[in-house]
Amino acid sequence: MDTKGDTPGKAPTGSDTGKTDSTAAGMSPYVSLVSSLRSAWLTGKTRAAEHRVSQLEALGRFLDDKKQPILDAMASDMRKPPLEVELSEIILVRNEVNYALNNLSSWMKDEFVEKNLVTQLDTAFIHKEPYGVVLIIGPWNYPLNLILVPLIGAIAAGNCVIIKPSEISSSTEKLLAETLPNYLDKDCFAVVTGGPAETTQLLENKFDYIFFTGSPRVGKIVMAAAAKHLTPLTLELGGKNPCYVADDSDMQNVANRLVWGRCFNAGQTCIAPDYVLCSVETQEKLLPALRHAITQFFGPEPRESPDFARIISDKQFQRILALLGSGRVAIGGQTDDRERYIAPTVLADVQPSEPAMQEEIFGPVLPIVTVPNVDEAIAFINSQERPLAVYVFASDSKLVRQVLERTSSGGFGANDPMMQTTLISLPFGGIGNSGLGSYHGKFNFDTFSHHRACLLRSMGLEPMNSLRYPPYSERKMGLVTSAFEIKRKGTCTLL
Amino acid sequence: MDTRQQVVARAGAAFRSGRSRPLEFRLRQLRALERMVKEKEPEIAAALRADLHKSECNAFSFEIMGVLGEIALMVDNLPTWVAPKSVPKNIMTLTDEVYIHHEPLGVVLVIGAWNYPFVLIMQPLIGAIAAGNAVVIKPSEISENTAKLVAELIPQYIDKDLYPVINGGVTETTELLKERFDHIFYTGSSQVGKIVMEAAAKHLTPVTLELGGKSPCYIDKDCNLDIACRRVAWGKYLNCGQTCIAPDYILCDQSIQNKVVENIKKTLREFHGEDIKKSPDYERIVNKHHFKRLVTLLEGQKIVYGGETDEATCFIAPTILTDVSPESKIMKEEIFGPLLPIVTIKSADEAIQFINQREKPLALYLFSNDKKLIKRMISETSSGGVTANDVIMHYTLPDLPFGGVGNSGMGNYHGRHSFETFSHRRSCLIKSLTMESVNKIRYPPNSQRKLDWAKFFFLKRFNKGRLGLIALALLGAILAAVIKVAYS
Repeated sequence: MDTKGDTPGKAPTGSDTGKTDSTAAGMSPYVSLVSSLRSAWLTGKTRAAEHRVSQLEALGRFLDDKKQPILDAMASDMRKPPLEVELSEIILVRNEVNYALNNLSSWMKDEFVEKNLVTQLDTAFIHKEPYGVVLIIGPWNYPLNLILVPLIGAIAAGNCVIIKPSEISSSTEKLLAETLPNYLDKDCFAVVTGGPAETTQLLENKFDYIFFTGSPRVGKIVMAAAAKHLTPLTLELGGKNPCYVADDSDMQNVANRLVWGRCFNAGQTCIAPDYVLCSVETQEKLLPALRHAITQFFGPEPRESPDFARIISDKQFQRILALLGSGRVAIGGQTDDRERYIAPTVLADVQPSEPAMQEEIFGPVLPIVTVPNVDEAIAFINSQERPLAVYVFASDSKLVRQVLERTSSGGFGANDPMMQTTLISLPFGGIGNSGLGSYHGKFNFDTFSHHRACLLRSMGLEPMNSLRYPPYSERKMGLVTSAFEIKRKGTCTLL
Repeated sequence: MDTRQQVVARAGAAFRSGRSRPLEFRLRQLRALERMVKEKEPEIAAALRADLHKSECNAFSFEIMGVLGEIALMVDNLPTWVAPKSVPKNIMTLTDEVYIHHEPLGVVLVIGAWNYPFVLIMQPLIGAIAAGNAVVIKPSEISENTAKLVAELIPQYIDKDLYPVINGGVTETTELLKERFDHIFYTGSSQVGKIVMEAAAKHLTPVTLELGGKSPCYIDKDCNLDIACRRVAWGKYLNCGQTCIAPDYILCDQSIQNKVVENIKKTLREFHGEDIKKSPDYERIVNKHHFKRLVTLLEGQKIVYGGETDEATCFIAPTILTDVSPESKIMKEEIFGPLLPIVTIKSADEAIQFINQREKPLALYLFSNDKKLIKRMISETSSGGVTANDVIMHYTLPDLPFGGVGNSGMGNYHGRHSFETFSHRRSCLIKSLTMESVNKIRYPPNSQRKLDWAKFFFLKRFNKGRLGLIALALLGAILAAVIKVAYS
């Protein structure tokens, strides 16, 4: 096996290159898989626009054909309500497919750039090219969206791709592994299933790009593995998304939006409002409004509502259960371990030191931490790791602006949680502990492309070039300056 | 003497005070840097001469001029770049504010290299300051005169707490890398690049790695050999070959190998006269370690020109080697010196295959009159950047992103790309607390009717022309009113 990780230029002609190695003692079982994808990559077939378009169209067909199996798999994995599945797993993914198909040819075009005097007659442009073999690791909470949307970007950019869906959302994993390969070119695309052990083995191989969605803890492991091969990567991680509610807000509207954001997918959303910061007075006004919203949405007994999901696993269920002791249960608090049901819950008067404030909640539980004013709220937010999103509910636009300017996060939403990620024109990503890199829309294509600087010069105008050759002289230096620099606006150059 | 931790902590505290963020502050710092470069040009040139025997003209062309140009570009464009960037909205957000807000990352670590020790510290520094960050600066200890000068000058001109300079060797740098930064910008070898990325992984710190590799130079039979060879000779022997984007080795057909050699010889005599050792324009190898490394690469090779060395002055003459075997030592590592191997191949296809069998380089060079061939070679290979029919020049255009791919690096900079590299693009959606009725279509209890509305609002069905968008907006407004009535 070539130690550099790239197999020789010509694709193997029907031979077993790589397969014989996989049984060698201590060798990762994925070596031959990665190797065969790399051979496919080296044939160049994923670069052609026609190939990319056909793969994207096939993905669109997958979403259409498999709509019912998708609904069933999500229901099986976490009892995700059909509207939530349609919205977050099908519509948003189809948007990305359509957007990519509509814009692919303009994205693929060379981007011409401004030139200096010396290069005036040359052609200078940025050429977008695929990286090669890409690995996409998906999480369990939006198991289709969070693996297919990056896949769209990787395919649109011309790469070969291995996807590794989460084993925790096992029905969706099975659906993807069994049906998706039938839609895509099996030489250039593969699904790998398995748990942490398999993922670790997979990560031993050299990839040309890695896209990971998951927790910060595992993000560090992925980045350390990538470092061994100098593989660039995007990490979409998480954190605690704070929600500051100003005193002057329309409480019912705030409550509606908070409950919607917190309870969507039973709170298992990386950009969900994680906790509320508000004054004691506002907490008192918010609680009845929250109660009203929950009843409006889910009825008096949320367990009976078909529109409320369940926790994905016993492990996650137990983890969230342990957080319910923080503060006091003001609303909800009921649980049922047989169904992994946790009622929409609000914890009031939570202290920053309590368990509910020590980890990302990822469940339908909303702690309220009281702070005297917005300055305290901002100070508190800044004392924590930078989250994926900061939310503010306020009618005062100056206050909104203050929170925006004085905090840092992946994204920012005023007066509505989560919606900023449904806009295909906005980059979606974290900062610090909540991640690095971004995607969605054109940012998706750009993430999976190498931006190659190209300058095509002519063989003529050699006398101009002589300015740069030794032997040097004072006279040459002045001319060199004029020829090479890009002048400040408003000055003129006379050569 | 403050410890590393104290220096980094102070930079962090200074950043959190918020003073590096206002546009005026950033512009003031950049203009101060501009003054520093202009006022201290003689000192900078002297340091570069002491470190690398660099001539004043080369120091100016490659270290000083580029820095001044970059500062000018930043100062001119920064007001535009820092402004919030509005983006297209969908029906759901028609009445909202939707934009990308560029923000600083925090405390950036810039680690420089020794071959262009001034510009490779200054250019990332300029970008990081322009983006509003605090910057910890770590020049290469190998170019010690420049490192010392940078440590003296920077605090005289720009904010001492926000932009500290830390000098030291491998041990100190390893310790420094244990601190938490918000971005690390490293220029150097691939081997150390891995160490930097591994250290960054512990803190989930994003990195830009400007590394190296063997930049191939393909010379086609169909090209003006005289001009091609002159350009190659210039780029190869610049800074005594110690340039990350120097053409590392030549690939050409056997039939033109001799002509290539003759042309390069002729060019070198034009550049430096008969006795290159006496030429004031020819640099030296940076230190004995690299000198010895390069001498070892000559072992067993066919030297058709040059080959003279002088350890006392770290002098190595411009050297050409022919019929070099791809398996030899000189073809296994980045040369970074004035030794030019020529490897013969039989066709452009063989050249492409040769290039693709190796790690992706920082630059690809190709000389040919055949435009189609150039296009094909670019599309069938990968590299950080490309210059066709010349070498190095793609570096000089600030609108072109400068960076590597694969083993030659990740990320890029220069001009606007620097600003983007050192900024966080924060997505902002500012809604109002009114128009609650529109939101109702997404709240439970769910129904098929709601789902159909949701599909209408969310699904991007087709490519909307501008007129279509206006029509859709009107429709959206009408529908919002209808829904309000239906669900109130």
